[in-house]
Amino acid sequence: MSSPRVVVLDYGSGNLRSAERALACVGADVTVTADSAAAVDCDGLVVPGVGAFAACMDGVRRVGGDVVVRRRVAAGRPVLGICVGMQVLYDTGNEHGVTSEGIGVLDGTVERLDAPVLPHMGWNTVEPANGSALFAGLDDAWFYFVHSYAARPAGGDGETVAEHGGTFVAAVERGPLSATQFHPEKSGDAGLALLRNWVGSLS
Amino acid sequence: MTVAVRVIPCLDVDAGRVTKGVRFLDNIDVGDPVELARAYDAEGADELVFYDITASSESRDTTYDVVRRTAEQVFIPLTVGGGVRTVDDVDRLLRAGADKVSLNTAAVERPDLLAEGAHRFGSQCMVLSVDARRADWSPSGFEVTTHGGRRTPQLDLLEWVVRGQELGAGEIVVNSMDADGTRDGYDVAMTAAVRAVVTVPVVASGGAGSLGDFAPAVAAGADAVLAASVFHFGELRIAEVKTALRAAGYVVR
Repeated sequence: MSSPRVVVLDYGSGNLRSAERALACVGADVTVTADSAAAVDCDGLVVPGVGAFAACMDGVRRVGGDVVVRRRVAAGRPVLGICVGMQVLYDTGNEHGVTSEGIGVLDGTVERLDAPVLPHMGWNTVEPANGSALFAGLDDAWFYFVHSYAARPAGGDGETVAEHGGTFVAAVERGPLSATQFHPEKSGDAGLALLRNWVGSLS
Repeated sequence: MTVAVRVIPCLDVDAGRVTKGVRFLDNIDVGDPVELARAYDAEGADELVFYDITASSESRDTTYDVVRRTAEQVFIPLTVGGGVRTVDDVDRLLRAGADKVSLNTAAVERPDLLAEGAHRFGSQCMVLSVDARRADWSPSGFEVTTHGGRRTPQLDLLEWVVRGQELGAGEIVVNSMDADGTRDGYDVAMTAAVRAVVTVPVVASGGAGSLGDFAPAVAAGADAVLAASVFHFGELRIAEVKTALRAAGYVVR
């Protein structure tokens, strides 16, 4: 069986090398590109992201990533958002009183956490969603977070939660859509195991 | 579900090689930062810091190569500092695979560098590292030094870290030049003073010498503890430090 073809969407956001290498390490055939044809065609699309919601969303739009993600989700084809790449999957993001539109394949708004120390930076545990495929075999695992914003749980299926200044969505699994607020590519062996679960689910 | 206190080893890298001896690790090239990074990762390090002390600009390309090779093999956060002067330097380090870049002297000389970096890459990757010491003249009792402690720009520590956070630093490393190298413990008063005026994570640095030194720094408000020589010389293991922190009631990974 050949390796699943994974595209890491390159729209000018941060360190993509770690995501590329971590995905390759767990058996994916990885391409880092802004090419929307490749992003539509691959077995799994990874939307990375660091920094600000609005800036990431601008970058995603510039390479047509919003259209690609919507098309893939409508067609039931896997997408994995990471960190701000997860946040932009939601309807909207609020930063410094400014609301920006996201890709809108998840319902809800991304808002600033209410905690004495922000960013929420470091390793934390999560409470995996019932029957989670991403977290299979990963009870009590630690993951690396760096963020000041997150979505609040809507109580739907497939929501994995964590705590920092209240409960927030640490990961989401909804049909073809998966996303993590933490950085699996920076979360050591646990992160690699999670990526292996995702890559293993691709056909 | 509480964020864990981070234990962070710092490696000095000169022209692509680790300069201080490492005694605790068998069967590895102790001068190779990539191998050391792997070993520290295996020991439970929560992040890694490379501090580039390369003097000549021609040799600085080796730093990028080291960062690149490390990021390809070690899947925990990597911060790189030392000699970062421009936003393009930050860009090159992030592209090579660094997750965070730390600014020290260059930020004091040109504070807008922090703002420019934060604007372009996000606050989460801009670390303000401050070498500070006690000084009677300054309002807080602590002053900033630059150039590895050789110069004193007459800048109050607390004034500077508040400004640094405003400019876009997403984390602040407080390195005590008084405590550095003494192994008498962190300057917890300095850590607490910084913690009281900023809301971004604070990393205590300088002075760690024994297992009992780490919990007081966390009690003073540090979100992470950084050390170099005690780890390099094998006097303390990362797992032991975590055990000591856990025994003191703190959450560690």
